[in-house]
Order: sequence, then structure tokens, then C-alpha cells
Amino acid sequence: MSLLTPEPGLLFWMTISFGIVVIILVKYGFPPILKSVEKRNNYIEESLKSAREAKEELSKVKETSELILADARKEQRVILKEASRLSEQIMNEARENAVIESEKMITKARTQINADKEEALKSIRSEVTKLSVALTEKILREKLSSEKELMGMIDRLLDEIEISKS
Amino acid sequence: MRYKFNYILLLVIMFYASSLNIGAANSVIDHPAPEKAVVEEELNVKELILGHLADSYEWHVWSNGEKHITISLPVILHSKSSGWHFFSSSKFNHGNSIYKGFQIASKGEYNGKIVELDGEGNEIRPLDLSMTKNAAALIINSIILIAIILAVARVMKRDPLKSNKGFTGLMEMVILMIEDEVIKPTVGKDYKRYSPFLLTVFFFIFINNLIGLIPFFPGGANVTGNIAVTMVLAIATFIVVNFTGSKAYYKEIFWPDVPTWLKVPFPLMPIIEVVGIFTKPFALMIRLFANIMAGHAIVLGLTCLVFITVSLGPAINSSMTALSVVFSVFINFVELLVAFIQAYVFTLLSAVFVGLARDDHSEDNKKVAESSVT
Repeated sequence: MSLLTPEPGLLFWMTISFGIVVIILVKYGFPPILKSVEKRNNYIEESLKSAREAKEELSKVKETSELILADARKEQRVILKEASRLSEQIMNEARENAVIESEKMITKARTQINADKEEALKSIRSEVTKLSVALTEKILREKLSSEKELMGMIDRLLDEIEISKS
Repeated sequence: MRYKFNYILLLVIMFYASSLNIGAANSVIDHPAPEKAVVEEELNVKELILGHLADSYEWHVWSNGEKHITISLPVILHSKSSGWHFFSSSKFNHGNSIYKGFQIASKGEYNGKIVELDGEGNEIRPLDLSMTKNAAALIINSIILIAIILAVARVMKRDPLKSNKGFTGLMEMVILMIEDEVIKPTVGKDYKRYSPFLLTVFFFIFINNLIGLIPFFPGGANVTGNIAVTMVLAIATFIVVNFTGSKAYYKEIFWPDVPTWLKVPFPLMPIIEVVGIFTKPFALMIRLFANIMAGHAIVLGLTCLVFITVSLGPAINSSMTALSVVFSVFINFVELLVAFIQAYVFTLLSAVFVGLARDDHSEDNKKVAESSVT
């Protein structure tokens, strides 16, 4: 069977051509292909990893931000409570102060009024006294122009004094 | 979308290849024409098929009646008596002439080969390094393969992070499939050292198988169905396996882990193991050769059905012609599958042998080897 006996000529050519193919492809053909595939795979893997990390980071950030927010809200509540308490206190104080002040002012005004009243009464009294003296003088001068009248007057006055004495 | 495109491409290639075969059926009709002219009704099917399966000194492209269009190939000879010779195969005039004392034997032990007649009329075979049809096809296919792979490598090197489309994407898919499914699991941890060689073997066989299925120039040569070609491939695997074998591998061969009486007085197991070193690549060689040659033989046989049935009348002849075309198309589809499977199997087994020689004989590697050898 000639089909089963290898021909030396074809063996020779096959060795040469296959050898050249192997040398070229093993050196320049497949390594760059495999390397670039590997590079791409590494890139994809890294990208996935970094994406996952970023996601984790993001969720962490979200968590912390939520925590911060909750804290802030708590703080806010506390501050608000404090503020309302303070304002109430201030208002109460103000109210008390106002009451005290007004009372003070009222008493002051009352004493002033009393003093003024007293003074006014005093001055009125002295004025009245002066007036009455003057009036009395005038009246007396009018009435007592005659002797008779003067005598009658003195009598009446004496009577009155006597009556009031008794 | 990308995979769809690849599918369509594959289908187009398949249809192209099979339609070419129908075209080739017509060209084969013309080929035996000169023989028919001499012996009108006889058609020696066996000789025709064997002639197409075997190598030849010229590349027959087309025949039209008596006119042959062939590509003459260089003949390189070294004769013990007259030294080196270098001339075109057209000098033989399609095997009908004697040139410088050389002729193409038409019968006997060296049928179809160049022989030299000595003084007593005995046929002597000179050292024949002629660039035959298979050698020329090998060179053409090698150039195509190198061009394809280097082009893909250039595209991928330019922008490694881009996902490739079209032909580059298809090639990348196949390369990664072989790398990830075949080489990585079988060779083991230092698979990266071997994958360029194994990928080269795969694509070399695959492209030669595929181009061999195209029935006219520059395809149609029965390259991987030639035992010399598969022998060199098997020897390459043999060299890679045995020259990079680990210590454990050689210990397993010369001092295997069996009862001492199996190796001391008479080294039974070492002999079996040593024979095993050679039977592995031998099986690779025969498997590839037989599969591809059988495929070519079936296609040729089905095509010959047309001419055998000529003498049985036009009705049978035309129906058999239709049947022959249908079967040829079917067989060509099968052969496309075989072209891939044989390249795959050769690569897989080479990878398994490399893995066995590299590894410390782990259990799963053995299992892989056993299951794939069957």
C-alpha cells in the first residue's frame, strides 16, 4: 500500500513548512493573542472588582451619611427642645419681671400720687387759709364797718366758741 | 448579534464548500476522459480514487477533453549515479515521457512515483525531494494560516481591550475555546508554555482539513490524509511530550509503581511503558490520516457513482446522479464536522499526553486520558 508508506520528499517539505509555521506562530502568532485576551480579562476583572468596591464604598457612605443625618436630626430635636424651653423660660422671666416692674411702678406711682396729693392738699389748704384769711379780712372789713355790727359779731363768735366749748 | 453573524458565516462557508464539491463532480467527469478515449466503457474506480488520494508531481486544475490544464511543480531529485537534478514536472508530459533517464512508474512497487532505470532495466527510486501537489498545498495552506493568525494577532495587539467583531471575533472565540476547554484542563498548571504550540497544531490541521475539502485549486489536496504529514505532526507532539517530560514521568516509565517482580528479573512494565511512548503518537498519526483519507475517499466514491451507472441506462444513471449529489452534499457536511473534530481530537490528545508528562500523575489527568483515548 503506497498510501501507508510516508514519502521522504513530503516528509521533508512537511517538516520544513510545519517547522516554519510553528516557529512563526509560537513566537509571533499566538502569544500576543493570548496575552491581549488575558489583558482584557484582567481589565474586566479589575473593573468588576473596582465597581464592586465602589458600590460597597457607596453603601458605606450612604450608611454613614444616614447615621450623620440621624445624629443631626437628634441634635436638632434636642436643640429645638432646648430652645423652646429657653424661650419659655425667658418669656416667664420677662413676664415675672414685667409683673414685678409694673408692681414697682404702680407702687411708686401710688406713693408719688399720695405725696402729690398730700402736697396739693397742703398747698390747697394754705391757699384756702390765705384766701379765707383774706376773705375774712375783706368780709370783716365790710361787716365790721359799723360798731354795732362789730359788737354783734363778737358776741356771736363768743357764743359759738362757748357752745363749741361746752 | 455577533454570534448570529458567525453562524451565518459558518453556514455560508458550508454551502460554499458543498456547492464547490458539486462543481468538482463535473470536473472529475472530465478527468478520466483520456482514459475513456482509450478504453471506451471501462472506468477503473479504484485507480481513480487512489490516484486522487495519492500525491502527484503536477497539480491538475481542469481538463477539457484532451486538453489538460495543470500546474507544473518543481521536481528535485538526487540520484546515486548522476547527482542532483532540478527540473519542472512538465518535462514528463503527464507521465508519458522519460526525461534524463527518469520516468514516472505506471505500475509495480513505485506506481506513480519517479523512478530511474538502471542498466538491467530495474526501477530504482532516487532520493525524491520534489515539491509535489501535497507539498505545494502544504506551503500554500501554511502561508494562509500564518497570514490569518498574524492578522488576528495584529488586530488584537492594537487594542487589547476592545471586543472584536467579525472574523477576528470568530477566531478569538475558537482560540479561546481550544485554550480554555482543551489545553487548560488537560495540561495543568503550566499550560501557558504549551498553548501556542498546541494551538498551532490545531489550526494547522484544521485549515489543512478545510482547504482539503475545497475540490479545486488551491484546495483539494489530500494533505492531512497523507501519512507523511500526520507523521511529522505526531513526531512534533512526541518531541514536545518527551523533551519536556518531568522526572516523575520518566520514573513512571523506567521504574513504575508496580510489584518489583514485574520489573527486576525481566523489565516487563518498563518495556510496556516504553512501547507506550511510541504508540501514543502512532495512534495520533493513524487516526488523523485514516479519518481524512476516508472522507476524501467517500466523496470521490460517491462522485464516481455517476460514471459507474452510465452503462445502466439513462433512467438509473440520472437518478443515481441525483442521489450522488445529495449524498455528496451530506458527506461534505459530515466532513466539515470531521475536519473540526479531528483537529480537536489531535490537539486534545496531544494536550493530554503533555499533561501526563508534566504532571505528577494526578488522578484526574489519568481519567481524562482514559476517557479521551476511547
